[in-house]
Amino acid sequence: MNHPSYAQITREGLWSNNPALVQILGMCPMLAVTSSVVNGLGLGLATTLTLVLSNGIVSSIRHIVRPEVRIPVFVLVIASVVTVIQLVMDAYFHELYKVLGIFVPLIVTNCVIIGRAEAFASKQRADRALLDGLAMGLGFTLVLITLGAMRELAGHGTLFAQADLMLGPMASDWKLTLLPHYRGFLVAVLPPGAFLGLGLLIALKNLIDRRQEQRRAARHRQAAPAPATAAS
Amino acid sequence: MNAARSILVTGIFLFLFAVVGAGMVAFTYDSTRDRIAENERQALLRSLHAIIPEHDYDNDLARDVLVLPGTGFGIRQPVQVYRARHGGKPVAAIFATVAPDGYNGSIHLLVGIRADGRIAGVRAVSHQETPGLGDNIDIRKSPWVLEFNGKSLGHPPLERWKVKKDGGVFDQFTGATITPRAVVKAVRRALVYFKEHRQAIFSAPPPAPAAGRAGRPSATGGSP
Repeated sequence: MNHPSYAQITREGLWSNNPALVQILGMCPMLAVTSSVVNGLGLGLATTLTLVLSNGIVSSIRHIVRPEVRIPVFVLVIASVVTVIQLVMDAYFHELYKVLGIFVPLIVTNCVIIGRAEAFASKQRADRALLDGLAMGLGFTLVLITLGAMRELAGHGTLFAQADLMLGPMASDWKLTLLPHYRGFLVAVLPPGAFLGLGLLIALKNLIDRRQEQRRAARHRQAAPAPATAAS
Repeated sequence: MNAARSILVTGIFLFLFAVVGAGMVAFTYDSTRDRIAENERQALLRSLHAIIPEHDYDNDLARDVLVLPGTGFGIRQPVQVYRARHGGKPVAAIFATVAPDGYNGSIHLLVGIRADGRIAGVRAVSHQETPGLGDNIDIRKSPWVLEFNGKSLGHPPLERWKVKKDGGVFDQFTGATITPRAVVKAVRRALVYFKEHRQAIFSAPPPAPAAGRAGRPSATGGSP
């Protein structure tokens, strides 16, 4: 088993192996709640916290769990962690909890979490597992926020509406109305808008990757001919 | 023998894990329970205050609740009635009722009726109506529900408690008739029930405090 460096783990989670854009995991909550920035941020942070805790616990018990029962153990760990987070959210972020509704308990079924437990945390030291949870979670959150921003802007012409649900009364005037007198674009807020938006994001990521690849290849080609001519 | 032992050890291990997990959840539940109950009470009061202003009554509105069978309203779910009083005199009754025939499932409503039979206010608490069409019953989307304010069974007469398309007085929305029709019908039913049972509604004693949790309108929004 190789041991990736911290930088590698972070890069994987945020970009090159991003759970939402590359692994395409956790689609159901991602598509369902990203109708606004605040919803995306709320679910993203709850998912990140779950990932960090479950990765940490799975990694620290990896030597005592028998391989035959590892999956039930992971499920138990994840279900307990999510239930605890759900109760704490209901107690301290009641309004946001109401808005996210069923998708908070459904974090249990988000494949990103059991996927990271099985593929990474069960084989790595706790510090790497924690960082992996954080990087994957933030990678997921960033996509949720971007998708939420795209849909909120296209659908309602605003950004950060209802930020007070999450950040308290001080955020109640954070709402930016970027397009005043906007009549709204319903498709963006409905599920098809989520699919279209995610498709565009994935395409954009692939485009950026390809550009970088081409630039690297071009630089390589520029560097390569010099010794070749010298030799001839 | 050895295989059986190994299974047993694994089983016990799994059991211990389940115990630890359940313990964690139980501890969190216990330490957040009061706060969650208080949150729900506050949320309920906030929605009730949208209908009856806080200074119009002086009783413990969230606890002065009566649970009625839904049959009187043509629905299966029980209906909670919050009774607002001032100095012991009835001020208004707020029905947490359901319009079962929305375009996309049930619409949970609060229907406030003043003691004299006029509507104090109507709010949609939770629904899954089509965004942009049916969701105009939501006060955050459109002021449509304010149309009910001040109306009563005689004004307009009972047979005109319908949307305009059905020969009544209430506006429907462009592209959505089913949703407002369902809401108007549920409000009308609450009014009829109130007229027939006004005395009983205000004189019935509130249930024992232990039943307090039953008295909240179910407000689960969204579906998977």
